[in-house]
Amino acid sequence: MLPRKELGLLLLLMLISGITAILNPLFLSGVNLLDMANLIGLFGIFSIGEGLTIITGGIDLSVGSMFSLLGVIFIDLVANRGVSWPLSLMAVLVGGLVLGAIQGFLITRARMQPFIVTLCGLLIYRGAARYYTDDSTMGFGYGDSADTLSWLASGRSFGIPHSFIFLIIVALILGVVLHRSVFGRYLFAVGKNEEAARYSGINTNLVIAGAYVLSGLLAGISTIFLVFYTNSVSPSTFGNFYELYAIAAAVLGGCSLRGGEGSILGIVLGTALLQVLQNLVNILGIPSSLNFAVMGTVILLGVFADQQLQKRRETAIAMGAQRARPAGSVVTAAAPKSGG
Amino acid sequence: MDQRPQALLELIGITKIYPGVTALDDISLRVDRGEVLGLIGENGAGKSTLMRILGGIVAPTAGSIRIDEQDHAMLSVNQSARAGIAFVHQELNLFENLDVAANVGMGREPRRFGLVSRKRLRDRVAPLLQRLGADFGPDTPVEGLSIAQRQLVEIAKALSIAARVIIMDEPTSSLTLKETERLLQVISELKADGVAVIYISHRLGEVKSCADRVVCLRDGRIAGELARDAVTHAAMIRLMIGRDLKALYIPPDAESSDGGCEIEGVITPAFPDRQVHLSIRRGEILGLAGLVGSGRTSLARVIFGIDRILGGQIRVDGKPVPITSPGHAIRHGIYLVPEDRKRSGLIVDMPVVENITLASLRAYTRMKLVKRDLELAVSRTQRARLSIRTPGDHTPVVTLSGGNQQKVVLAKWLSMQPKVVVFDEPTRGVDVGAKNEIYLLIRELADRGVAILMISSDMEEVIGVSDRIAVMYEGTISGILQRHQFNEYNVLRLAIGQDLDTAEAH
Repeated sequence: MLPRKELGLLLLLMLISGITAILNPLFLSGVNLLDMANLIGLFGIFSIGEGLTIITGGIDLSVGSMFSLLGVIFIDLVANRGVSWPLSLMAVLVGGLVLGAIQGFLITRARMQPFIVTLCGLLIYRGAARYYTDDSTMGFGYGDSADTLSWLASGRSFGIPHSFIFLIIVALILGVVLHRSVFGRYLFAVGKNEEAARYSGINTNLVIAGAYVLSGLLAGISTIFLVFYTNSVSPSTFGNFYELYAIAAAVLGGCSLRGGEGSILGIVLGTALLQVLQNLVNILGIPSSLNFAVMGTVILLGVFADQQLQKRRETAIAMGAQRARPAGSVVTAAAPKSGG
Repeated sequence: MDQRPQALLELIGITKIYPGVTALDDISLRVDRGEVLGLIGENGAGKSTLMRILGGIVAPTAGSIRIDEQDHAMLSVNQSARAGIAFVHQELNLFENLDVAANVGMGREPRRFGLVSRKRLRDRVAPLLQRLGADFGPDTPVEGLSIAQRQLVEIAKALSIAARVIIMDEPTSSLTLKETERLLQVISELKADGVAVIYISHRLGEVKSCADRVVCLRDGRIAGELARDAVTHAAMIRLMIGRDLKALYIPPDAESSDGGCEIEGVITPAFPDRQVHLSIRRGEILGLAGLVGSGRTSLARVIFGIDRILGGQIRVDGKPVPITSPGHAIRHGIYLVPEDRKRSGLIVDMPVVENITLASLRAYTRMKLVKRDLELAVSRTQRARLSIRTPGDHTPVVTLSGGNQQKVVLAKWLSMQPKVVVFDEPTRGVDVGAKNEIYLLIRELADRGVAILMISSDMEEVIGVSDRIAVMYEGTISGILQRHQFNEYNVLRLAIGQDLDTAEAH
């Protein structure tokens, strides 16, 4: 049985998909579905990392710029410096990890606000990437593309894009970590009430920093997928705004910016919904300039509806509690709905 | 001078019923012009509810409030302010980022072309400060003021709205003796100007020295009234307590034994030039009394590893334990039940079960994954043992009553192996029935051989529950009382830094 929030999101996703499919049956064509699956995979991986930081009550604004910086470094290593692909891959993953760790350190040890730290990360990494390449686009030359890695990142197995398969794997692993492990419980605890978590003996700094390290690592992984998706990196535009997609997906998926709420399934569904919306704009012939406007409207409505439902649920609980008390007999007449 | 002064404010038969609790029961009270009315009563006697009714924050269930010959069934916040009722709160409500004048004029700023006229505001505030004998000007930022000075700002604020009744709720709880004297002086000046003051305090000495009349609340009723010449410590305590204090005491099952927790020369960040020496034996409940700001909570924070220890040593069962974080403290069996449970003790949006297992989650895992059934088993055991009243294990703690919330905090620690447990105000905001259950649990814990340090500002609690009482004053232990020495007078004596054997107070 799905939790209420995820179920609602799934229904919304199906509803929008259904309407789109009726308006234009091409929506359900194999090509289109696989294309969407690929994009969901690409965006979902780093959105999960974003979601983790949001669950701790923070945010990571730096992922888009990380793609750019790690992307140009990766292409430079492979195409210009002839470094083997496994080493280059390691470099990118370690790079993401280290950047995440630095941000985590600044947020926990130096007690700086996540918004500020990662905003500065956004600016610094982007600038570094542009300086590194003299602001010119980098691409793979003939013959030096890492064939194996290229296949791993942008190929298909059983017709399914690898990015999508990888997203499922990441989601399963982190789903278990977030919802079943001690670390996952701590993430929620820290997000809900950092002080009480500390008073329960939890090393809150380590937990929070851990979320940023994971976000950095997942950004490193995403870099590889994105680089092979576009096959070149223009440092000034590569990954622009992607952190906002990630935040949108996480929020749509039930993560509260106040922290302590969210689920991996929700984030994946949120990512899927965003990609369906983008796709719908194209496939229904809506001017693509309206792309962001459509996305914004749906997120706004979605979050609004969710809050209204939650408020109603809380009122119902409060009424129930009132009814259970002997003396509070004033409001009971209004709520005899559920017979229990 | 002999005529009966005109009543400024009269409460007639005020009753307030919350679901399941009668907070106030038929309270009738009048406040006259230029009079200081002392209002005393234990925590939970109904003082704050009564004040909130006067402030227009809650509406009474029955009764009426008479102001200027007019009866009101309830007051709104605006009506209360317009009637000249002003508050000087226990926790001061000032904007630290603004200066004194801005705080005094908040919401009523004189305007010029739609902008705040700072000059006119200053001109308005300066005479008020002068009248109160303040040693700071209207331009001083509030940030840099002491608590006593801030209190004057609050009083100036009250005067600026032409207050006729100023309600002071524990105004001296954080003041030094000298500052307290100064405040009492201000009160007598206000009185001379015809302003009435309702003075709420636990400090009976102050009440005695400033009140024209004392009214005591107990369990939501008026327990009695004392005229000026009948106000004595003994009479007030009799009214407040109304029963024998010793009735609370649950004697230990066994003698306390060596070991436990020794605090030797510990220096806390709050008082970097003072040392604390204290030893809590196994099986003993050591009460820690003292005024707010005497360093009790700071000591608790150091013992639990939240604040850094600046010197000295903490030993558990004879072994020195280096503690640099709550994690360390917990590993050495030192647990803290914090003062503010909603902020530090519980994650209120999380379910009961997750709060109970939060500190020992690793014990309920298999292959690094949390085992729900193990968690639930612990939660069920603890719920039964502490009789926590909750609809279920998955109920968010926020919906439970104060007493049951506190039991969840206890359940968290009782499910582990405590050696030393520090309670900081264990029954604050807990109703009377649950209080006794919590005292029983504390005693049970002590009988299991745990050393217990119980910080409390509730005199009845300190005297009723402890096996010994240590009293703190200005960052050090000013004295330790054995059971036969237990009384409110001795505790207060030590709490204000005086010796036990000096002569009986006036």
